[in-house]
Amino acid sequence: MADKTTIIVHSGDMDKVYSALIIANGSLAMGMEASIFFTFWGLQRLKKGALEKGPLSKMNMLGLGKLMVKLKMKKVGVASLERLLQDFKELGGKILACDMTMEIMGIKKEDLREDLISDYCAVGTYVSEARDSTITLFI
Amino acid sequence: MAEIKVDCTGETCPIPLVETRKALRKAKAGDIVEVIGTHPSSKKEIPMAVKALGLELLDIQEKDGVWRIRIRR
Repeated sequence: MADKTTIIVHSGDMDKVYSALIIANGSLAMGMEASIFFTFWGLQRLKKGALEKGPLSKMNMLGLGKLMVKLKMKKVGVASLERLLQDFKELGGKILACDMTMEIMGIKKEDLREDLISDYCAVGTYVSEARDSTITLFI
Repeated sequence: MAEIKVDCTGETCPIPLVETRKALRKAKAGDIVEVIGTHPSSKKEIPMAVKALGLELLDIQEKDGVWRIRIRR
């Protein structure tokens, strides 16, 4: 077992993407390796300009709930998703994009933040990463 | 040997941990990293990270809600 965290981000909800990036960054900060596999609604967040666009998973209220949570987050000093993603890359984290989702949803590589993505892959890559991870999560 | 200061005052989870790790990665062996912050859990968790990374925790202080942690790379 390697000291490694592997996370599937299936949800594109803002709060869930936060959870994933916080856990992933925490893992790297505590000396582990970390990979995040973005699939389905999660992959939508890796489209150019879409990272912060996800709704709140509960009480979104057509965006009003999200706005209130965002204001509160700003007040408390929570980092932006963009900052967390940049930190994740800087600390050596790996971002994987699900190529089946790309086919289903008609997403091309150039639609995505290619500079951040380490690889375009499928379930085999996830399993080979996860089988020697001490922490693996589906979000 | 250099002394690197990291100010995480007003930052919350996971930034103090992440900024500490970033500074430790840039530091050379023997350098001292001093982190200052206000997020309560990070005061407990940065020492956990230091232990996990096998580095030396030199000192932890707290005054008026501001903590100061010193680590040797």
